[in-house]
Amino acid sequence: MTDTQRTRRNRRGFIKAAGALTASGLAFPYVARAQDKPIRIGVPTILSGRVAQLGISSRNALQIEVDKFNAAGGLNGRKLEIIARDSKGKPDEAANNTRQLINGDGCEIIISAESSAGAFAVQEVIRELKVLCIHTNSETSSLSADPKIRVPTAFRTARQGIHDAIVSAAYAGNVAKAKGLKTWMTCSPDYAYGRDNTSLFLEYMKRFHPEIEMVGEAWPKLFQADYTENITKILQAKPQALYSCLWAGDLVSFLDQSGIYNLFAQTTLFAINMADYTTLTAVKNLPAGIHSSSRYLKTFPAVPENAAWGDAYKAKFGDYPTNWSWENSLAMTFLTTALRKVNSTDGAKLADAIRGMKVKSPFGADGTVTMRAEDQTTIGYAIGWGTTISKEPYVPSVTPGDWKSILEHEAEWKKKMGFA
Amino acid sequence: MDPQALLTCLSTASCVITQTTGGLISGMLLFLVAAGLSLIFGTLKVVNFMHGSLYMLGAYFAYTLYTATGNFTIAVVGAALGVGLFGLVFERLFMSRVYNTDVLMQLLVCYGFILILDDAVKIIWGAEFLSMGMPAAFQRPPIMIAGGILPVYYLFLIGVTLGVALLLGLLLTRTRAGKIVRAAAVNPTMTSALGINTALVFGGVFALGGLLAGLSGALAAPVRSMVAGMGFSILIESFIVTVIGGMGSIGGALVGALLIGLVRSFGTIGFPLFTEGVMFLFMTLVLITKPSGLFGKEH
Repeated sequence: MTDTQRTRRNRRGFIKAAGALTASGLAFPYVARAQDKPIRIGVPTILSGRVAQLGISSRNALQIEVDKFNAAGGLNGRKLEIIARDSKGKPDEAANNTRQLINGDGCEIIISAESSAGAFAVQEVIRELKVLCIHTNSETSSLSADPKIRVPTAFRTARQGIHDAIVSAAYAGNVAKAKGLKTWMTCSPDYAYGRDNTSLFLEYMKRFHPEIEMVGEAWPKLFQADYTENITKILQAKPQALYSCLWAGDLVSFLDQSGIYNLFAQTTLFAINMADYTTLTAVKNLPAGIHSSSRYLKTFPAVPENAAWGDAYKAKFGDYPTNWSWENSLAMTFLTTALRKVNSTDGAKLADAIRGMKVKSPFGADGTVTMRAEDQTTIGYAIGWGTTISKEPYVPSVTPGDWKSILEHEAEWKKKMGFA
Repeated sequence: MDPQALLTCLSTASCVITQTTGGLISGMLLFLVAAGLSLIFGTLKVVNFMHGSLYMLGAYFAYTLYTATGNFTIAVVGAALGVGLFGLVFERLFMSRVYNTDVLMQLLVCYGFILILDDAVKIIWGAEFLSMGMPAAFQRPPIMIAGGILPVYYLFLIGVTLGVALLLGLLLTRTRAGKIVRAAAVNPTMTSALGINTALVFGGVFALGGLLAGLSGALAAPVRSMVAGMGFSILIESFIVTVIGGMGSIGGALVGALLIGLVRSFGTIGFPLFTEGVMFLFMTLVLITKPSGLFGKEH
């Protein structure tokens, strides 16, 4: 072999080797990148304004579950990643954000941690784009109950308004009978949730305990600062019992302002949204004996898994979780179970897996929660009422709702509404 | 609409007393904010769109001082002075630069600071709502007058606010400082030509307006939950008050605020679904019949 041939061969070899190296450099990282590419979960939610806690405590709960899933190896090496966008509580921004999260940020799954106002807007985007969506905070029943609104790839892990109304009225009716509370009044925020919740409560209250007499109603604005005129109106009407679905800071202001009028010396309060740590800890002079539904309590359900989850959340974020936190955590249980089962992020495949799925959960009334197939909403979650004391555990004893009764009355309600 | 309920209420002493005092309370806190807004407009001829944020700062300052010291007096006085100082700094560093510009520029500066202060509150105090709680001195049963109910704290609040209104009136009408403020409001150039430092006057007026808003926020802190952005709703109501009472008129602000308070208090019994509507209707009527407001001067 001449020197010239050797040089040519060496040059050819070099070019081949370089080509192969380049090719492998292009090809292998491509494979590696595909495996490493995280599965993005888009979270349209409210992160600013008066109800920022809605989004913050939702995102916190999601992050705990994402970290757990990733630590366990993810989905064949693919990690989950949360991308949250602030809708400020506006439906148009919720819809825009959802679209942007899917089309712009490459999110393959949506967790809609929006209030009811935003959730309905997100639902319409999901109808069009067909990715998997789980509504975690909207309690308005029609979102999943109404077949015209329902979407095949959209589910709900938030509690449902109709379930709350049935349990609330059953509990309040029993207390009213036992204590002779005949005259009732309501004081709820004047917007869709406040009106729906209160009218459903009254409907079932009159059914379970027809002897009650309504002596008035007060409708403060949402986020009203001063409730004096509502409180004085209640004082004038002198009801024996008051039902309210005021929530968060509004409920705290109402309680503080009612306290200095000594309102609860003459009236028994049934505040459905009281038993949530954010509210319980914010009221400085929490009156004993307020009746409330369990929003989130680490003592209800009284199982070690629930207490451990509440404590772990507090250890990580400094505060106890909220009602919205457990609803988001539950969503992740359904999602991660489905991801492992179908090994895909395809919306239709995941939806097929989640529809009818029953999962073990610390938030289940019997340790499990089911995603009912017919309307793609959860049943069997822990729901109950109790009375407050001024320190932990805040609601020492919770009377659980009866799911058999809830489902019977819900079926009737669906027929009446034309949903079934 | 329930006119029968309203008539029944008006015919019973207990209802009249409870609703009237309730209206006075809402009106008094509103007056403090609206008075500052009106004072600033009357003198500086700028609409301070971030006045609600000063109310918010007052509430948060009071919360922090009360938590640190446990003394409500220190909390209220410290918060009012703190917000007054903030107002002075804000006026000197930012607002004074946009006095002679378009109103949109003033609006932009104010809106920018609304966002900045809301975010600052979230960073410092958190996004979650807070409650200060009622100081121990006021944790006592309400006073009963002819069957009407008046909480002790609200009696204190009415007293403090009326005292402030009186002092403010005396300051503006009976003192040399007040004369200078009024002179600067009418003709700042001439006032300046007489050797008076109008920049100092403007800064002082802005600080006083801030102090009043801060005082209102501090007094509201024991009964209203605090959250970033809480100043917005009171800003809207303050605008209604100043439009009804007359921009620049402290007396007008007092009358306007009390009117709003009483309309809300009795309105919730007689026309519960239209209380807010009545407020705006009243404002519209005033704008049509007397555009300068009930006590405002014609320009």
